[in-house]
Amino acid sequence: MVELSELPEEVRSWIGKTLDEDHGEFEIEQGYIATSCSSVQNGNPLFWDREAAQSITHGPIAPPTMLSVWLRPHHWAPGRTEERLPLELHFKLKKKLDLPEAIIASNELSFGEPVRPGDKLRNQQTLRSISDPKTNKLGTGRFWVIDVEYFNQRDEWVGTDSYNCFAYRRN
Amino acid sequence: MASDLKILTADKVKEGDVVPPLSVNVSATTVVLGALASRDWRPMHHDRDFATNQGVRDIFLNTPNQAAWFERYLTDWSGPLGRVGRMKFKMRKSVCPGDAMVFNAVVKKTETDDVGCCWAELDVNLTVNDETVTACSVRIAIPANERDNPWERRGENWKP
Repeated sequence: MVELSELPEEVRSWIGKTLDEDHGEFEIEQGYIATSCSSVQNGNPLFWDREAAQSITHGPIAPPTMLSVWLRPHHWAPGRTEERLPLELHFKLKKKLDLPEAIIASNELSFGEPVRPGDKLRNQQTLRSISDPKTNKLGTGRFWVIDVEYFNQRDEWVGTDSYNCFAYRRN
Repeated sequence: MASDLKILTADKVKEGDVVPPLSVNVSATTVVLGALASRDWRPMHHDRDFATNQGVRDIFLNTPNQAAWFERYLTDWSGPLGRVGRMKFKMRKSVCPGDAMVFNAVVKKTETDDVGCCWAELDVNLTVNDETVTACSVRIAIPANERDNPWERRGENWKP
């Protein structure tokens, strides 16, 4: 078992670096936008009314908060032998630090250029920080912050999703 | 622009304004639909046995779906010209089937930035049984007047 009090040098060297880049498995599509809006009863005409979308955003766009949706891998795909996980850096850290459980403590999103049907997104994941060991009612572990920046096929910034995670061993 | 669209302009928004509350009864369908709509296949959002074995009382709303609820709640208030620039939230407790969730929000601050974009900053609370389960803050661009459109802002003119 990895000693929790010491942060491995390899992991320390990751702080501040962009470690993983991922590409969406499909183009942004209107049907998924409608499914997402339907799940929260979002009747914003931008997402349902082509005329309104044309006049306000020069055509259809996706709700900004769908940012992470577009990079989540299919649950299964032909030829895939292992499950692909979103937020790969998070799972890499859990494994390296031997912290089997994790929660998302908080989430911060900022939004840039609107995402549109037909766009293809990529993201890059950067480890912003790792805390010293902490103990709370869940267990003992570490907090870390991962910034996930998203770009479209024209390399325009479309948003950033920052996760403050607590990964831990149960007490 | 279509004339029947709701347009909330910055001159009609001030600190202390209260956004009408939104109440939603959460069912298993709400949770599962939200998870699948956000392509989150993890079992704690659709498999009750898995969730309870993890020490949670039931399946629960996932993170991106909560973000989608917050966006929907605030753009119901702002109308389609409202453009969310930034959102931060902290989840204190899970939202599960059988919960009646209530969204409330108050305008904490208004400002016009150095490129002329009008912003409202709101504190949004998601409560269950009058207890805050998720605390959220949102910065949303509001048109300065009926001719302004925050969605037209790009590059240096968009500072979320």
